[in-house]
Amino acid sequence: MQDIVDKIRSRYDVSEVTEQRENLTFVTVEKDQVVPLLMQMRDQEGFSHFVLLTAVDWIEEGVFQLTYILNHPGKKVDLGIRAHINREHASMESAHHLWQQVATYQRELKEMFGIDFPGSPRVDEEFFLEGWDHTPPMRREFDTKKFSEQTYFPRPGSKSYDPREYMKQKLYCDDYEEEQ
Amino acid sequence: MDLLTRVLFTLLGLFIILNWGLLMTAIMRKLTARVGKRVGIRWYQPWINLVKLYSNRNSISHGVMFQLGPVFRLLGGVGLVMFMPLIYGSELFTNFSFAGDLVIILYIKFFGMLGMALGAGEGGHPYSAIGVSRGLSQVTTVELPFTLAVIALAVQYNTLSITEIVAAQQGGILNWTLFTNPVATAAALLSMLGIFMHSPFDLHKAPNEIPIGPPTEYHSSYLGILRTNAAILHVIEAVLFMNLFFGGATSWPMLIVKTFLIYFISVFVGVVFPRFRIEQSVRWFLQVPLILGIVAIILIL
Amino acid sequence: MAQDNNPQHNDEKKIQETREKFLKDYNKKREVESPDGQKIEVEPMKDYFSQQRPQRKDPHKGVIEKFLNWARSESIWVLGFGTGCGSIEIPPLSSPRFDMYRFGVAMRPTPRQSSAMIISGYLSVKTLKRAIRSYEQMMQPKFVMALGSCTINGGMYWDSYNTINRLDHYMPVDVYVAGCMPRPEALLAGFNQLKKRIREGRAEGANQYADHFDWYKANQKKIIKDWNMPDYNW
Repeated sequence: MQDIVDKIRSRYDVSEVTEQRENLTFVTVEKDQVVPLLMQMRDQEGFSHFVLLTAVDWIEEGVFQLTYILNHPGKKVDLGIRAHINREHASMESAHHLWQQVATYQRELKEMFGIDFPGSPRVDEEFFLEGWDHTPPMRREFDTKKFSEQTYFPRPGSKSYDPREYMKQKLYCDDYEEEQ
Repeated sequence: MDLLTRVLFTLLGLFIILNWGLLMTAIMRKLTARVGKRVGIRWYQPWINLVKLYSNRNSISHGVMFQLGPVFRLLGGVGLVMFMPLIYGSELFTNFSFAGDLVIILYIKFFGMLGMALGAGEGGHPYSAIGVSRGLSQVTTVELPFTLAVIALAVQYNTLSITEIVAAQQGGILNWTLFTNPVATAAALLSMLGIFMHSPFDLHKAPNEIPIGPPTEYHSSYLGILRTNAAILHVIEAVLFMNLFFGGATSWPMLIVKTFLIYFISVFVGVVFPRFRIEQSVRWFLQVPLILGIVAIILIL
Repeated sequence: MAQDNNPQHNDEKKIQETREKFLKDYNKKREVESPDGQKIEVEPMKDYFSQQRPQRKDPHKGVIEKFLNWARSESIWVLGFGTGCGSIEIPPLSSPRFDMYRFGVAMRPTPRQSSAMIISGYLSVKTLKRAIRSYEQMMQPKFVMALGSCTINGGMYWDSYNTINRLDHYMPVDVYVAGCMPRPEALLAGFNQLKKRIREGRAEGANQYADHFDWYKANQKKIIKDWNMPDYNW
């Protein structure tokens, strides 16, 4: 694994390397280097299996973190490639030409986070929300509780507790009293 | 005997057959349930289902043929009862049988199926169309060995009247066609599995393959008519086999016992064997049963 | 041009617009050529689907209705429509251990033939649309049984952006079975409750749906944005 990371370091601007496990390492690179890196990993290093593409919303920093995870079927190791993109007018280079299934992930990200992938097939079609006309629901500025209350007729009289406090009181009452 | 009495006794026979058919369906459901270690339905469940279906408050139509489909199907069942001599030796329950009733019964057996196909087609549901095409292709291949066996019988007894065929089998169990012409009986009994449409050969109407097949769109009283007809058909087709191969019946209890046992054959096979795909069942009927049917014809000539 | 200030009109206009937007191509108004070469204008939403509203069907009176209700309660045909986690609690009902057939409950594969519908857990908006279509295609009288806390108040999905909170705003519910998830025994108890309700003549959900049709439709259309079907699916 270390030799691959070294190879990546030698050719790309790696800002961060996280060794999660023996067989899983994350490297963070610049936004425009992701697709060339993916292509090199696939064609030269043998990471032929694309596992997933996902996004995390870091609203405080104003970025989306995209994570591409690749798998090496021979060596049984995983490599995660991370990149940060701007939250405003979020847009990313499409990687559907490397693996066909990437297009599906990109459709999902477009619908759930509003990240655009120009040129990706069917990226503008709805994925599983039908006729959604609000903020993309996985963005953190979207207040799902408020939306639910406005839309879905909450039943009056139902209470909700903070799960952490409630479980402390009800399930682990001995510890709770000690803390008090 | 005047026409009115004849009609009245035919209707009485139809009524008995309908109720016996419903009870028999319940008993067979119960038996299959017991095989699966379940309690199964209650014995009066088919009657409740019929009451419920006929009393549904609304029903919608997809057109004239859609409404006529169940009617044609019921006509098939009632027609079979009309022309079938039920009790041998009883003038009252010979119904409207005549010298050539074997031919008309073979025709009516297929007639209801065609009417149903037209009706289900107008329902417009794709599953209906698939079910109809599967069902008709299977029924066509089932008819082939069965018809060959019946022709062998007609040649053997030199008649096309069911009453005369039954008469020729009287006087002891060894006079039954089962023993006088075992090859034709074997061919007919194998094709009987397809006629009753029980488990190995019920792909076109199995609820868990394509939803329910041809009657997908049928509901309320339409479905009630279809269910009524299914109960009649099960008994009357067993009566047909009883008359042709098992010596007929001289009384109602004998008819009930014999039809039960004949119907039980197909239920037994259905419990033991899993479902065939349509091309498998078509091939199956075109192999052993068809060869047996041809052999029966050759032997009788 | 004068502005249309009536909010009701604006709503209708908006619904019309969204309908145009989400209508599938094969359901749009178009011109087709007949085999004889004539041009025919086809508007599938009007020509192929019935636009009629559901009708109230009054029950019979006295002993007859009691007998019919008894028959209905003893022959409950359930639509095989699974949603949420409860759909896995339904198949065991036909297994030897629970055996629903002895209570006269059976599964049917098509809405046309079934008389009861089980909403078995959370309903996302997308599933709600299909559930409504299936419910409307069932024949009267029809009954709805709702499983789990998700159908009562949203359950653990109470603040989700995509699952409804109260089922009774979208279709009339006869029996709720509480739990997360209720076990098959609870389902059988629910069936007994439903039977009791039918025998008492209180299970008139279909009539309630017909009476308050506009209210139900308004609630449904509020959340189903891509309304590309007729108002009532016959």
